[in-house]
Amino acid sequence: MTSKPLLRVEGLRKSFSANRHTVHALNGVSLALEQGETLGIIGESGSGKSTLGRIAVGLETPTAGELHVEGMRIDTMSPRLRRDKLRRCQMIFQDPYSSLNPRLPVGRQIGEGLFARGESDWRAIDATVADLLDRVGLKREFAKRYPHEFSGGQRQRIAIARALAPDPHIVVADEPVSALDVSIQAQILDLLAELKKQGDLSYIFISHDMAVVARLCDRVAVMHRGRIVECGSVSAIIENPQHPYTRNLLDAVPRFGRRRTGQKPVVVRLPLHNDGDCFIDVGEGHVVLQSASSE
Amino acid sequence: MTSTIQTSVQRRHLPFSVALGLGLAIVIIMASLLSPYLMPFDPMRMAAGPRLTAPSMKYLFGTDEFGRDLFSRVLIGGRLSLGIGITAVVSGLLVGGLVGLFAAFSGRTIETVLLRLIDVLYSFPDTLIALALVAFLGPGIGNATLAIAISLVPFYARVTYGLAAAERAKPYIEAARLARIRSGRLVRVHVMPNITQSLIVMGTLGFSSAILSASGLSFLGLGVQPPSPEWGAILAAGRNYITKAPWILIFPGLAICLTVLSFNLIGDSLRDIVDPRRKGRS
Repeated sequence: MTSKPLLRVEGLRKSFSANRHTVHALNGVSLALEQGETLGIIGESGSGKSTLGRIAVGLETPTAGELHVEGMRIDTMSPRLRRDKLRRCQMIFQDPYSSLNPRLPVGRQIGEGLFARGESDWRAIDATVADLLDRVGLKREFAKRYPHEFSGGQRQRIAIARALAPDPHIVVADEPVSALDVSIQAQILDLLAELKKQGDLSYIFISHDMAVVARLCDRVAVMHRGRIVECGSVSAIIENPQHPYTRNLLDAVPRFGRRRTGQKPVVVRLPLHNDGDCFIDVGEGHVVLQSASSE
Repeated sequence: MTSTIQTSVQRRHLPFSVALGLGLAIVIIMASLLSPYLMPFDPMRMAAGPRLTAPSMKYLFGTDEFGRDLFSRVLIGGRLSLGIGITAVVSGLLVGGLVGLFAAFSGRTIETVLLRLIDVLYSFPDTLIALALVAFLGPGIGNATLAIAISLVPFYARVTYGLAAAERAKPYIEAARLARIRSGRLVRVHVMPNITQSLIVMGTLGFSSAILSASGLSFLGLGVQPPSPEWGAILAAGRNYITKAPWILIFPGLAICLTVLSFNLIGDSLRDIVDPRRKGRS
């Protein structure tokens, strides 16, 4: 864990302008993903978690800030070099329906990633594709079928196989199970965990669901309004949440057997953070963003 | 559930409009293709019968001012009209499609410049563009076809750009980009199969407008030149006899009408079938 982090972002900012007003999706995010780690990013819709994931794989470029992959700063590289470097970062999308091309056999879609990597013999590619399908728990002969012949869970397995084809070191999973049934969710999460055990993989796992994050992740970063407000190990965050927003998120998880004591949810005023706010270490790498104008 | 039923019903019974459109199109195309065998007289032969004869069993559509058989002329004229239409649409679609795809997949600056350019051209009626081009190039069948093809380019570029831009935003294209697939291959393997259907529909719809432009240009004496029996040219020649021999205008006019109608009917219903809102079930 002391070696160079696999992926590191420093002071990342991103703003979008739409209809003459600017939306700040990220307001200075700093984060590191260690080798072999699963880092969860949790937050509500619009908190900037997806934007962060998209920047990490190169689908968006940051407005400001640094992006380091395997110890090299890549946001200042030429597009060609950057593209080459980012080949090691792949993504699994939320919607297993629109993320597969409806008019291409799934084997071909997985194979395209191998072809782009420089493999040109389609027979060899087909063999690798079959192996990949095998790894994600699908039949090898499924390669010839089209996406509409598969269920949501199977499609997500295909999407995972496609993400694995370029042999990535980092996989960003953007809400990969949100569109699936709960029973299928568990299967996909187990598959992701299994794949990590087999290979040299690290995940950035984006979700709004605390239960899903708790099941898979080693560390969690909580995002709110384009900032990371709390970051630490899963157990520290769940058992000892420090930031009011994290507590809100945890309270929002419905649980079986919670006693109805007639206690009403307390409305907490969430602190508005500024750029000058600092993280406070509350022990064992568990940090919380503290408002400078203290409560 | 209901939509599934609807599709299966539509698959079994062709809607009336499609059946009508298809039937007309088949008759018109077959008649044009087989015209050398079907026509009773040489369409260019003067005095095949008396001048300005009304339609009869011998001269189905009557004769024109030179005594040429109109039925034969309209039949063989279909070859010219349809030929110009198809050539213009195919080349316009090819060039426009390439421009549209290039605009959608080659970076923001090129995209903006190309789109503005297309918008400016698109704001002129296509017949006007064709007219101006022919005035510049000189009249004749080749130049008319070229002018009509060029006049269709902005339309097809715009449509193709729209379709490609819609595909471009979909996650599967993003996933393909993440795999570092080069733009050319991305367009060829991933985008094209998803938009060809809609492009074929747009081609069908553009075909009727191309036929109208061709007839219009010939009518104005800028397209097919007089002795050749293109529909618009026959109309132009007959316009002096509108009171004495209205059939010279009625039959070629009817031919243009029915051709445009049939291709519009086919195009419209095809468009309904491949409507993006009904996609996804594929």
